Amino acid sequence: MSRAWLALAQFGLLVAFFAAWYVLTKTEVLPPFFFGEPLVVLDRVREWFVTGSIYPHLGITLLETLLAFAIGTLAGLGFGLWLGLSEFAARLLDPYIKGFNAMPRVILAPIFAVWFGLGVLSKVLLGVTLVFFIVFFSVFHGVREVNPVVLDNARMLGASRRQLLRHVYLPSATAWVFASLHSAVGMAFVGAVIGEYLGSAKGVGYLILQAEGVFDINSVFAGVLVLTVFALLLDKLVTVAERRLLRWRPGGAGALQS
Amino acid sequence: MTCALSLEAITCRFPGRGGVAHVAVQDATVTVADGEFVSLVGPTGCGKSTLLNAAAGLRRPDAGRVTVFGQDLQGRNPHAGYLFQGESLLPWRSARENVMFGLQLRGTDMREAAGKAEAWLRRVGLAGHGDKYPHELSGGMRKRVALAQTLVVDPRILLMDEPFSALDVQTRSLMENELLALWQQDRKSVLFVTHDLEEAIALSDRVVVLGAGPASRPVGEFGIDLPRPRDVSEVRLTPRFLDLHRSIWETLRSEVMKAHATEVHG
Repeated sequence: MSRAWLALAQFGLLVAFFAAWYVLTKTEVLPPFFFGEPLVVLDRVREWFVTGSIYPHLGITLLETLLAFAIGTLAGLGFGLWLGLSEFAARLLDPYIKGFNAMPRVILAPIFAVWFGLGVLSKVLLGVTLVFFIVFFSVFHGVREVNPVVLDNARMLGASRRQLLRHVYLPSATAWVFASLHSAVGMAFVGAVIGEYLGSAKGVGYLILQAEGVFDINSVFAGVLVLTVFALLLDKLVTVAERRLLRWRPGGAGALQS
Repeated sequence: MTCALSLEAITCRFPGRGGVAHVAVQDATVTVADGEFVSLVGPTGCGKSTLLNAAAGLRRPDAGRVTVFGQDLQGRNPHAGYLFQGESLLPWRSARENVMFGLQLRGTDMREAAGKAEAWLRRVGLAGHGDKYPHELSGGMRKRVALAQTLVVDPRILLMDEPFSALDVQTRSLMENELLALWQQDRKSVLFVTHDLEEAIALSDRVVVLGAGPASRPVGEFGIDLPRPRDVSEVRLTPRFLDLHRSIWETLRSEVMKAHATEVHG
């Protein structure tokens, strides 16, 4: 199937969904009070952007997301390389890392709010705890799967330990990082919005919470819609960066990894 | 003649099943004179690569001594270039960047390194392919890049581990001829591992036959007095080649049979 056809079919699916939603709520098969009305939802989104009332909230949410994404990714990459290369550190920290990863981190949101206040910092840190592990595990396992022949070759050409890290491990790690970044983007959003939802004075999560408080279902869905669109845009950015940076990979960068 | 590389009474063990060490090579002695082309042949699993890795300094022998130009080897062999059997290129570097790699590690000026890399790409017949990534090249082209990558830093010793075994027959004899032509120019000391006796005879000054594993060691040595320069496909048809092949094969065959018997029954 050509790309144009695929895009058209994908758009058609979206239209069908909204049409079904519209018909079901219009005929009151689904009560509009609980399920919202798509036209009102879209109008709410339009109104937010036209009046500009969404921008401060969206700005904060995006800032939190991007910070969580960047910090979590760098920390995951660093720790992944370190533990991947140090047998001792890996064994020492193994139960703790598994423990932290198994912990439902949403529970931490109120604690972080107490520790770091209701501002940006507590949301960023919550996002970091989510993003970190995704990138970490990907890099950690990747380090152990570096082609031993490539490593030996670099050694024979005279690479020191530091040069091996810089010229062999780090470039291989970028491939593993990108494999995990698509899920990491989503997680960074989750961290930011959950944080806002549980305690804040700004952000799209806060907006949704406010709307829920007055049973304004249409605004809730409008908020969810805006978040989804921006999560998709960020994911697209990751794909573009991936294409550029992983040009060397056979078959180009993978399109569907999550 | 001075000795470029000397492996004396080398023993290498690997941890095996149930805590019993597997002895790959035992008490093996192989030397390569300065400017000599030596091939190691032997049945599969006889520890050829293990010996080569000991010579490279990638693996420390459990007993025995490795000397390089008279010096005891500590760590990596600084005089040796290594051509591997598997894919050894850095996949995220273009052909040119791969050839430049060794120079870059030595802190050579980037412009100078790029110039040398380009010259070597031309010598191995890859002019105009410098910007391609390894996955965009054929197997034979990747081997050429690897050869250029190894030779650009001008090692005095060349270690090769069945470098052409993955190539098709035509590409293979092309590469063998190119290798000989390059070698003829400055006569590096070469230790060439292969399981292909014909390849070993066609290329070498001397062929060392390793016995079947475990605990293998050289069981025969044969000087190859075929005149140089040689063409690997033509030399195979000369009567002298066939004589040499017959006499070495007699030694090699019994080892291959032994190896086969252990594989089937052991």
